Amino acid sequence: MTEKVLMKGNEALAECAMRAGCRFFFGYPITPQTELAAYMSKCMPKIGGTYLQAESEIAAINMVYGAAAAGARVMTSSSSPGISLKSEGVSYMAGADLPGVIINVQRGGPGLGSIQPSQSDYWQATRALGHGDYHMIVFAPSTVQEMADCAYNAFDVADKYLTPVMILADGMLGQMMEPVVLPEPKTELPEKPWAINGTKCQRKHNIANSLYLDPELLEQKNIERFERYEIIKANEQKAEEFMVEDADIVLVAFGASARIARSAVVSARARGIKAGLIRPITLWPFPVDVVDAAANHCKQFLSVEMNMGQMVEDVRLVSAGRVPVSFYGRAGGMIPTPAEVLAKIVELNEQVGE
Amino acid sequence: MAEEKIVFQRPKSLLPVVTNYCPGCVHGIVNRLVAETIDELGIEGRTVGIAPVGCSVMAYNFFACDMAEAAHGRAPAVATGIKRVCPDNIVFSYQGDGDLASIGMAETVHAATRGEHITVIFINNAIYGMTGGQMAPTSLPNQVTQTSPYGRDVSTAGYPVRVCELLSSLDGPAYIERVTVDCPKNIRKAKKAIKKAFQYQIDGIGYSFVEVVATCPTNWGMTPQKAFEWLRENMLPYYPLGVYRDVVADGFANAAEAAAARAKDCPIASQGGKA
Amino acid sequence: MRELQTVLAGFGGQGILFAGKVIASAGLVEDRELSWLPSYGPEMRGGTASCSVTLSDDPIGSPLVMNPNALVVMNQPSYDKFIDTVAPGGVVVVDSTLVLSMKERDDVTTVALPATEIAEKEGLKGLANIVLVGKLWALTQFCERQNLDAAIDHVVPAKKQAMVALNKQALEIGIQA
Repeated sequence: MTEKVLMKGNEALAECAMRAGCRFFFGYPITPQTELAAYMSKCMPKIGGTYLQAESEIAAINMVYGAAAAGARVMTSSSSPGISLKSEGVSYMAGADLPGVIINVQRGGPGLGSIQPSQSDYWQATRALGHGDYHMIVFAPSTVQEMADCAYNAFDVADKYLTPVMILADGMLGQMMEPVVLPEPKTELPEKPWAINGTKCQRKHNIANSLYLDPELLEQKNIERFERYEIIKANEQKAEEFMVEDADIVLVAFGASARIARSAVVSARARGIKAGLIRPITLWPFPVDVVDAAANHCKQFLSVEMNMGQMVEDVRLVSAGRVPVSFYGRAGGMIPTPAEVLAKIVELNEQVGE
Repeated sequence: MAEEKIVFQRPKSLLPVVTNYCPGCVHGIVNRLVAETIDELGIEGRTVGIAPVGCSVMAYNFFACDMAEAAHGRAPAVATGIKRVCPDNIVFSYQGDGDLASIGMAETVHAATRGEHITVIFINNAIYGMTGGQMAPTSLPNQVTQTSPYGRDVSTAGYPVRVCELLSSLDGPAYIERVTVDCPKNIRKAKKAIKKAFQYQIDGIGYSFVEVVATCPTNWGMTPQKAFEWLRENMLPYYPLGVYRDVVADGFANAAEAAAARAKDCPIASQGGKA
Repeated sequence: MRELQTVLAGFGGQGILFAGKVIASAGLVEDRELSWLPSYGPEMRGGTASCSVTLSDDPIGSPLVMNPNALVVMNQPSYDKFIDTVAPGGVVVVDSTLVLSMKERDDVTTVALPATEIAEKEGLKGLANIVLVGKLWALTQFCERQNLDAAIDHVVPAKKQAMVALNKQALEIGIQA
């Protein structure tokens, strides 16, 4: 069962969601996440699941809200403009403490933008997807294997903390094929005594709701939720470190741009430049601990992103003035090349040496 | 001593809580009719209701069955999610005109055309009640509201939506009826329609929809009695009561059969698909 | 050439993405690092299709190949678009049935093969793409020979098993050509 198969990132997300027990998918067509929905529409009926193409992203996320409230493992997927439409529903899910998985296969923005890969929804994902005081857990895979693993684990995390979880991918990761080892289907799923699936006249009614007209009560709800966020921050931060230990220049990059940053680090090392890479796998919670540790010994951070500079602000927050933080990025659907990133490393290295 | 006989009591599936409805509001009547229906059909334990945004937003506190609160207009989508997960549950949404026919029109139409096996109770009082009396998609031409202070000018604000008529053109619905609750006779008729709508869902006949032409004494600025008079005078001619679709009365077993008959001349549509 | 960074390009419908999958699958069979990245979106509908395929012994950074060491092209627009991106020392395999105008580049090895014509003559209509993969293999040996056949077994869908032998035949023709 550990045979490697060749799969697109979008397909790996779909396959592993099903292996994680997801039996409900509500979507709406948009490039470049198309293969995910197509895969679901093909496979869900064969395993007794539901694929439903909704009339809009708004309807899709509210179907997710309903299915999550009824206790199911449920997912939706879209790309940047569609995620903006889903943001309302995600806020309601957060407010009602409902678990569910939302995939964003990012493309360039703002507006209709482009359909080429981008990471310009970092702020949206980690700060402001929808109104209100809330966070959601955000995973940022950088290989097709990690797409598979993230989709497989996201449902557990969502159920554990009763929160929506986002997998923030991009058009490159969604469209590319790599070898992937698929995990065994999960058979034991958690009980959900809070689900609205009928009282059987044996319990008080359950309510899925985010409305609290009494401000004291709403404040209390928010405080409880933020206490849960603290637990998430303590337990769920995830990052990969590559050659960071003795690095002078530490790159920070996630997802597709981390692949490019890694190549640049290898080239820099070949030139005798002590470069390293921190690759956040969770964007919220941001891997504060590893970045903080690096800030104590490195001379320079370099955030590499496919946007105009978003995550760089989180790196600055953690560095808190200890170490200078630079940025290199391409936007609009452009993909930085390892050579461009290497040139930036060389430039910074000269400054550090001075 | 004469034996006590209960002649009237609160339905079991309506909780003994104080509602937020204004004096003279008909939500209380319709909430009760829904609860009586749930009791009489013995489905409280497997019923899930969806409350909207609007005056009945707190309805999740009033019904004893499991309840969800939906974002404005999204109740049919939320109901769809729940019903797909729990096909044996009886799922209903309870929505007002702004929620159902304005912001949620897409969800309303598409849940209907998908033939979701849900029941939608639609309270049409031609005004946004909870936000204080703004023009609704069903406000009548020349009706004065907070946001149509000179009367609804159809040349700029357009015309009201007749939802039953609109939905009855679709293949998904099994049953669509418009009722009102202005007098005991009509309340009994409304109860019959609501019960039939739930029964159709239980029997798997298809999507069911009951519009209740209602009043809003507070925002209309009338006494409850005067509001009923205004309803009879102005609302009912524009929104005629009656059955707009009933596939069983038309001789079909369910909505799917009715739809197939209608499309019988379309080769691809009449291919034997999966049941 | 163990480290293959290839771009395949042509019209939609010529099997460009499939040819790329064959190469990628050879990497899968050999348990190497590999990536396959298609162009996507409206340009696919408009006619041209391309994909990047990388085979490597080390983890692959960007799957988007900017400077291929091997280019396979099946139409003129693709030739014109990609010829200058080929890394010095690289190989270029051209379907000369469809690419009529080629420019001088002495720092790359160009092999012109009338693959579409050959395929049609051999009764392998639609398999010019695989003929060209065969030629690319002959020039670079990007995998073990038998693994190329194994790759075909891997990528031809179960419903089209009749195509397996034809694809293998097309490979061999390309290798010998």
